[in-house]
Amino acid sequence: MDGEWWIGFSSQLVAERKHITECMKMKQHKWGLILLGLAIFAIAVTFPFWYGKGKTAPPVLSLETPEIAGLADKKCVEDAVFMRANHMKMLQAWRDEAVREGKRVYTANDGRTFEKSLTGSCLQCHSNKEHFCDRCHHYVGAAPSCFDCHIVPAEVKK
Amino acid sequence: MLEKALHGSLRYRIWIACLILVGCAGFFFYLRQLDYGLGITGMSRDVSWGLYIAQFTFLVGVAASAVMLVLPYYLHDYKAFGKITVLGELLAVAAVVMCILFVFVDLGRPARVMNVLLHPQPSSILFWDMIVLSGYLLINLVTGWVILACTKKEIPPPGWIKPVIYLSIPWAISIHTVTAFIYAGLSGRSFWLTAIMAPRFLASAFASGPALLILVCLILRRWGRFDAGEKAIQALAKIVAYALAVSIFFVGVEMFTVFYSQIPEHMHHFQYLFMGLEGHHNLVAWMWIFAVLSIAAFVMLILPGVRRNEVWLALACIAVFVSLWIEKGLGLVITGFIPSPLGAITEYHPTGPEITITLGVWAAGFFLLTVFYKIFVHVRGGTDGSPCGPAVDKMIH
Amino acid sequence: MTSSRRDFLKIAGASALTMMTPAIFVPAWAKDVIVIPPGQGLALKKALAAGRWAMTVDLTKCTADCTDCIAACHAIHNVPDFGNPKDEIKWIWKESFASVFPGEQNAYSGEKLQKLRPPVFCNNCENPPCVRVCPTGATFQRPDGIVMMDYHRCIGCRLCMAACPYGARSMNYRDPRPCIAKINPDFPTRSKGVVEKCNFCEERLAKGTLPACVEACRQKALTFGDAENPRSEIRRLLKTRFSLQRRVHLGTGPQIYYLL
Repeated sequence: MDGEWWIGFSSQLVAERKHITECMKMKQHKWGLILLGLAIFAIAVTFPFWYGKGKTAPPVLSLETPEIAGLADKKCVEDAVFMRANHMKMLQAWRDEAVREGKRVYTANDGRTFEKSLTGSCLQCHSNKEHFCDRCHHYVGAAPSCFDCHIVPAEVKK
Repeated sequence: MLEKALHGSLRYRIWIACLILVGCAGFFFYLRQLDYGLGITGMSRDVSWGLYIAQFTFLVGVAASAVMLVLPYYLHDYKAFGKITVLGELLAVAAVVMCILFVFVDLGRPARVMNVLLHPQPSSILFWDMIVLSGYLLINLVTGWVILACTKKEIPPPGWIKPVIYLSIPWAISIHTVTAFIYAGLSGRSFWLTAIMAPRFLASAFASGPALLILVCLILRRWGRFDAGEKAIQALAKIVAYALAVSIFFVGVEMFTVFYSQIPEHMHHFQYLFMGLEGHHNLVAWMWIFAVLSIAAFVMLILPGVRRNEVWLALACIAVFVSLWIEKGLGLVITGFIPSPLGAITEYHPTGPEITITLGVWAAGFFLLTVFYKIFVHVRGGTDGSPCGPAVDKMIH
Repeated sequence: MTSSRRDFLKIAGASALTMMTPAIFVPAWAKDVIVIPPGQGLALKKALAAGRWAMTVDLTKCTADCTDCIAACHAIHNVPDFGNPKDEIKWIWKESFASVFPGEQNAYSGEKLQKLRPPVFCNNCENPPCVRVCPTGATFQRPDGIVMMDYHRCIGCRLCMAACPYGARSMNYRDPRPCIAKINPDFPTRSKGVVEKCNFCEERLAKGTLPACVEACRQKALTFGDAENPRSEIRRLLKTRFSLQRRVHLGTGPQIYYLL
């Protein structure tokens, strides 16, 4: 009886001591563990930025359409730099002004006028949506729902 | 307090598992609805609102019924309700969450729901409905949780909770009035164009909500180790009885106006409901079940001997809830569209996916309710209510 | 520092809520603004303009079995044909006289009246109940009276369908594209989940042409014009002929006049 009690008690002591030492070890290495956690977090959060580097080429947009080839003056509504940064906001502004305010004419920076229409203006020249619009959209993971309704001329057989 | 919901008896776990199962089934079919469109339901060009909006309309009433506990206790010091006002407030939270979910699953373009706040239209009652429902959710969440937490910690609730509770009383009336106004202002729908729409909504709310509360109290008394007190339950039952009587009376006066005036356009809707119109009789059986159940329930609740019998009381409350669900949930919304503005009759048949999504939302609501009440029962602990009772009483005096 | 589970949940909940804050709460100086050069906002020069657009339908000329107006409208506007009345979308269609004008005929009305099948479309009301109830402003009234649909903003709640006393609106319960026989590339389709209706061909008016139904009607039964211009053809017709509007007593001010 006494022996059994002693065994039970001592094994309990050993277990407690193990537990305490482990805790103390954790406490000693507290800063190490924190830094490790931070490093793992930083790697995980920046994963999309460095993982694809060099593996996927940036998109090459094709301007080779018969309509653009036929233009005397190969200029878009605005210049490429502006359009690359702002075409989404410009299209949204066109949408609200044309539909809600009935203002259908857009005057570009250089004075030329266009009808505010995705299908009627933009896609008339950029008739190669798959090699133009989709290239960037797929690359950055954007999925604009415009094309649910607005017709891509090439996709509709006349 | 939330961790109290994680442990429970086997019966509790089975109930929660069933709810989660039904909820998942509903979610699965909702994904299919997102993919295919609302055409997966039985809604049509003529009947453009169906089961989802019908449930929303009924549940707004259930949510408003918390006021039936709050008003007597906080304004008139009816002590018997002291233990269970939190039950009412938590029921309101679960019901409003269900309302919001039902509106959401009914939208054709749910991703654009924030347009209601980004482009507010004060002339639209739906805009105001969103405001008052969100506000009511917040009020009840805050008051229910704070009172419950104070009960647990055995301290009096903070002073600022009193004006919030007082606010919840007119706000409860407003949520249902605003919802009724969605219907009552439409000139093209003669079935809904009646000034009595808001009073009807309130009357059925004050019958169906407390009926559900009585059922919950009976369940908690039998299996949940919490006794709301016979006085509270009987008082609630009397409220249900009289609200039900008013509800039935309101349907009756509607029918008088319609059938005595003999205006065909107005009569057609009620003929469709109770007798069938031009061979279409989808809802006739349902409406007669409503009539029989509601009158039977009223008789049961008004007779003291029957009301005091636990089994008969439970049956009566189930009858009240089901009959008013039929009347408000099915009869009201669908019939507004039958006949159509051009006199055509297109009947409405909910589809399997639609019913599953509906059940999924109900399951979500009952899940919330179960979790809330589990926590409530733990906090109240035992069968005689909490020591915080006197502290809350002191706050009022 | 020990934080309880409660505090963690509170902070997590508050953070989640702040992430849902819409961009409208961002101050103007923090939003990036694109500068669009001045000068736009002009209507196309040849656009037709009016104080209030209205249409007359001459029921003495409209033949019961002709559907030219319907075919033209639905073709030009990419209105789908789902093949079942449940999902049906129609901008213009024909109904019996009794359905269009309940109470305006009696048991002794002649055959001629009973055989009439007037076309019905959106009345582009003066006092439109659909505009009043729309929670997002997706349907709105233009200064020239046309009740417009902004398909970009519509959330598909269908309150406008409940509010319309004429049953003029249709919901896209499914994706319409597969069910359009021949897509007209000059006009967008709609997506599933939005409500649509006749728009008085406002896109054709902007280009100086009359609505498709008016041009397509071989009996020349449809006349379109400015109800506020006393010298318009439509005013002349309304002065010289007896006309009916649908459900006038509801106060919507419908702008379709049926000439008898």
